[in-house]
Amino acid sequence: MTETDSITTDVLIHAPIERVWTLVTSPEHLGRWFADAGAEVDLRPGGALSLTWGDHGTVRGRVEVVEPPRRFAFRWHTAPQVDDDPTPANSTLADFAFAAEGDSTRLVVTESGFDGLATGAQERTALLADHTRGWQLELAELAADATATRA
Amino acid sequence: MTATLDDRAPVVFAALADRTRWSLLGMIAERGEATATTLALGLPVTRPAVIKHLTVLDEAGLVTRRRVGREVRYRVDPEPLGATGQQLADVAAAWGTRLAALKDLAEQEPA
Repeated sequence: MTETDSITTDVLIHAPIERVWTLVTSPEHLGRWFADAGAEVDLRPGGALSLTWGDHGTVRGRVEVVEPPRRFAFRWHTAPQVDDDPTPANSTLADFAFAAEGDSTRLVVTESGFDGLATGAQERTALLADHTRGWQLELAELAADATATRA
Repeated sequence: MTATLDDRAPVVFAALADRTRWSLLGMIAERGEATATTLALGLPVTRPAVIKHLTVLDEAGLVTRRRVGREVRYRVDPEPLGATGQQLADVAAAWGTRLAALKDLAEQEPA
């Protein structure tokens, strides 16, 4: 990962690791501190995930890692209302690492894959340009046909 | 949390709101690097018109240019379409807010 590809932040929570694990991975809690209008989580690798915000809509994703109580990770789209499978071009990875510190829990969160979004944007640009050129060619042929038949 | 564009967004969108400029970006992306002359050959547009479009793209930060001998060569700069340092700072700030909310929830509610 390069400097532009990820961010990492952490928090020390004065609660046991099992409690923090539950709050991070269960849909009824995820939909309160992360999203604000609900969440769905199929808690296994490859499971579907969705996060809903009142003013933003529903963002879909996929669970990637479930290793209680130490590690949880999911991919999520960068925009709401996208139903396609999450890929490195349209989603980022949110990775949660839990460690006990006495009676408290250190939670380290890394969100990564931002460079992949830029690459995805370049590919989408090339693809859109291809389609645009395709239409331009077809329209040029149509114009040529129309002109020829009028003659 | 979306990786949103920053204050340059209107300039970037205006630069992209033109079919020829989209085509130019795509052609440059495919080649990696291209000159205005090469690009004009691939489009039903004159070379001076291509240069005008490239200037708009350059000012929006969507392409970078370098001089090699007598040629000026253009490359796509994906940064306006992807995440910038400011956007990453926004992402980090969003996580800070979320984790503070999680901490409150974990520490205040009965288990």
